[in-house]
Amino acid sequence: MKINAGDTAWVLMSAALVMFMVPGLALFYGGMVRAKNLLAMLMQNFFALGIVTVLWVIVGYSLAFGPGDFIGNFDYVGLKGLSTQVSEAGLPVLAFVAFQMTFAIITPALITGAIADRMRWAAWVPFIVLWSILVYAPVAKWIFGGGWLAQRGALDFAGGTVVHVNAGAAALVLVLLLGRRKNWPRDPMPPHSLPLTLLGTGILWFGWFGFNAGSALAADGVAAQAFMNTFVAAAAGMLGWLIVERLKAGHATTLGAASGAVAGLVAITPCAGFVGGLSPIIIGAIAGAVCYLAIWLKFHFKFDDSLDVIAVHLVGGIIGSVLLGFFADSAINKAGKDGVLFGGGWSLVKEQILAVVVIMAFSMVVTLIIGLGLKKSLSKGIRVTSEEEEIGLDLTQHSENAYSLERV
Amino acid sequence: MKLIVGIIKPFKVDDVKDALKDLGVEGITVSDVQGFGRQRGHTEVYRGAEYTVDFVPKVRIEILVDDSDVERVTAKIVDTARTGKIGDGKVWVVSIDEVIRIRTGESGRDAL
Repeated sequence: MKINAGDTAWVLMSAALVMFMVPGLALFYGGMVRAKNLLAMLMQNFFALGIVTVLWVIVGYSLAFGPGDFIGNFDYVGLKGLSTQVSEAGLPVLAFVAFQMTFAIITPALITGAIADRMRWAAWVPFIVLWSILVYAPVAKWIFGGGWLAQRGALDFAGGTVVHVNAGAAALVLVLLLGRRKNWPRDPMPPHSLPLTLLGTGILWFGWFGFNAGSALAADGVAAQAFMNTFVAAAAGMLGWLIVERLKAGHATTLGAASGAVAGLVAITPCAGFVGGLSPIIIGAIAGAVCYLAIWLKFHFKFDDSLDVIAVHLVGGIIGSVLLGFFADSAINKAGKDGVLFGGGWSLVKEQILAVVVIMAFSMVVTLIIGLGLKKSLSKGIRVTSEEEEIGLDLTQHSENAYSLERV
Repeated sequence: MKLIVGIIKPFKVDDVKDALKDLGVEGITVSDVQGFGRQRGHTEVYRGAEYTVDFVPKVRIEILVDDSDVERVTAKIVDTARTGKIGDGKVWVVSIDEVIRIRTGESGRDAL
């Protein structure tokens, strides 16, 4: 098979763009935590680049993309035999392996925002190993790997369900297992550096072009549509969030602008290569507004989702995945379908809801098993002691300090 | 000898410093402090959640002066740091037993 140079170049570039989202996400979250927990947050994210990459090569890719409907087999362990393979579309298989690897890395990293300020490092390490293999790999198989949900007809262009709903559902379970931070919500725990958060948001936005437009797996019109949709939905998400925030809380904030853009990006992810026209503006704006309102959930039900992973990623992922059932337009992408608004009827909406519910349920159940298992088996549990929480995770978990400002 | 201590609004520090220099004051020590008086704190909003921040940032200034200079210096600080709004701060005066200049070992008024 002859290699398509343009497509290959774009997919390789996209893999690098998605890789860059990991430090972007780390800064996005890092700016929102208190200074004493900054390095722990950065480390939980950055470590994903180390551990998941190695896992992916050894077994992750094979479980996610090896033959099978529910989970892949061990045919590609150690990427056996893939080095010279070229897909029917003219893409070296290793380019696809690398691109998908970056998704496997960033998905568990998304969870870290919910568990900020209190998870023991020695518990995060086994958690991310087990979660990558037992949750991410099978879910990626079902959708990206041509598994049973994809065969039924669910659409997910770049990971609204596989990445965002999946990580958000796991985040909810871990938050409940860990419990609230000391004195939350009584004590204010304000972001220590919103400039870091804004910088992280910019990097995420930039990297998301690879995430979504790269998911076309070709340098073609669908990629261009996905690129444009990504850009527009982020912008509309920012506006949607800011409008509601201004009306409800009285101020348009920088944190709101950043959060709204990310909410728009999350929601457009499943839709990126399947919608067109003004749809991304509507999808982004709805996501920005609803994700803002969804923050109310954690105060109402008293679960300490520290940096609102559930409100932004779980809710945003659900919004995007379900709205795709309305806005999908097969004129945009022949591989896509028509949603309710484009004469396709309700069948796609039903498949989308099924995919969301199944992936949420699976992620929650397996995350619960992993979390409970670690809680019971680790001698010190999964949460830092009250004293360690007070001192901060940077010093107690990593023996480092984020800022050394040379004061007395 | 007296120690004049002032708690003032941070943006007034430069004005006060310049005014005191004009008055011939030889030295001044400043530090960032936080606290509350009748002004109380302020509120901050993060993702719709409002937090009350009780402690307001202020600047503490300290000046050692001879007894005869106390009135001029305090009057100048009060004059310069006043905006007329709540939270302008306070100035108080403390008696000092001894002052020693470290470089020369001079003490008392000679060390001022």
